[in-house]
Amino acid sequence: MTLVRKDKSGGFLEVFKYKDLLIQLVSRDLKLKYRRSVLGYVWSILNPLLIMIVMYVVFSKLFDRNIPNFPVYLLIGRTMYDFVIGATNKAMDGITTNASLLKKTYVSKFMFPLAKVTSGMVDYVLSLGALLIVLVFTQSPFYWTMLLFPIVTLEAYIFTCGLGFFLAQMHVFFRDTRYIYHAFTTAWMYASAIFYPVDILPDWMRVIVEYCNPVYIYIKQFRDIAYSGCLPSLDSIILGVAYAALFFVLGVTIFRDKQDKFILYI
Amino acid sequence: MEDYIIDLENITVRFNKANMKVDNLKEYVVRLLRRQLLFQEFIALDGVNLKIKKGEAWGLVGTNGAGKSTLLKVVSRIIKPYKGTVNVNGTVAALIELGAGIDPNLSARENIYLNGTILGYKKDFIAERFDDIVEFSELQDFLDSPVKNFSSGMKARLGFSVATSVQPDILIADEILSVGDIKFKKKCMNRMKSMLSSGTTLLYVSHNMDSIKRLCDKALWLDHGKPVMTGTAKEVCDAYIEKMKS
Repeated sequence: MTLVRKDKSGGFLEVFKYKDLLIQLVSRDLKLKYRRSVLGYVWSILNPLLIMIVMYVVFSKLFDRNIPNFPVYLLIGRTMYDFVIGATNKAMDGITTNASLLKKTYVSKFMFPLAKVTSGMVDYVLSLGALLIVLVFTQSPFYWTMLLFPIVTLEAYIFTCGLGFFLAQMHVFFRDTRYIYHAFTTAWMYASAIFYPVDILPDWMRVIVEYCNPVYIYIKQFRDIAYSGCLPSLDSIILGVAYAALFFVLGVTIFRDKQDKFILYI
Repeated sequence: MEDYIIDLENITVRFNKANMKVDNLKEYVVRLLRRQLLFQEFIALDGVNLKIKKGEAWGLVGTNGAGKSTLLKVVSRIIKPYKGTVNVNGTVAALIELGAGIDPNLSARENIYLNGTILGYKKDFIAERFDDIVEFSELQDFLDSPVKNFSSGMKARLGFSVATSVQPDILIADEILSVGDIKFKKKCMNRMKSMLSSGTTLLYVSHNMDSIKRLCDKALWLDHGKPVMTGTAKEVCDAYIEKMKS
């Protein structure tokens, strides 16, 4: 009895066979990023700091009265948003930039978007140095709830992987996905309450932002643990985990079903 | 039932050769509305059957565009056929283009690990063979320089050394030895021969009939995706040469 190999390959679980490749790809991304400039790591801290300062100057007059410790509020929102959007943007290219490789070798195709999201997450963790600086500088208190940071990050990571898989497969067939997504993320940024308090929104909008925007849910949880010093509500955790699971399952399923056609389009 | 290591049945591969490929959503929607979404079929392989026993060496011959490389890609899982069944029992090392997956910005050392893990090996496993790989590639002096400074021959050495550092059950080689100097070509040939003698199955594409006759026992001649002739390497090569002359 011979085994039909095509039934064995192509599933998501194959990524575990290639876990050493994931480490290689992620360390390549980080090495190249930080090797290229002496200021590599400094940039990943300086960049969010500078953006925060600009936004602070622009928006402090508008919202400072409502939001205590505005710099920390702003930076948390910005950092989480940047992680999700930056990582999904890089994941989108995952298949198309590795076209020449995928035409010549068999590799689990999940590896490339996955590696991009993972290196995005490492970047995000490194850029928290900026948050640390701002916390110290503004003499903000440190809370024990900050230790829950890995849980929030994990939710956002799984959500981002799912969205990344979806975008990566779509970009293979439609190269203008990038532009459509760019317009979409601009709207998404304004809907994520990064630089304004969510309660200035009219009720119907507020419901949309609080319940239908996973990025806001993760930002809110991050603010709970690092800005307010309280535990995220159970509802928020359930919703956050549910969105992560939903996007992950959808992303993996769609990617898996479309991957055999990639070769015809890359 | 006889046991085949590679068993291809009625393989058909088709591509879309529509001259205006729709690769963006805007155009897709416009064409969908105008009902102009064309699918111009191009059959790259048409009902190919191939049964290979363990340890055999097969050559593929045919003119450019006959479907030789496509067939290799079907065996190495890069392309899934549109119709037909593929049964491959064993590990496959595909040397379709040496240096696919080499990152020019990384050093040779880093690329050995990257390339090895792309082929599905564990890091420790590569570390054990690292010295052998370096020795075979003769790149000792360039281990830590970025590969973008390498010549194409040096990249080919690196790729070949990594890909053949482990004995696969099936070795797939596509016209790979066209770069590299005579000495290295000979070394590659010897390595392929020693793999063959220790039981590896070979699937080899070349336009050099002599090398096919030298390496392979059997051969398949493809023309426009259809099998023309199967037989011993000598028979098929001679018939092919005869046909090309006329």
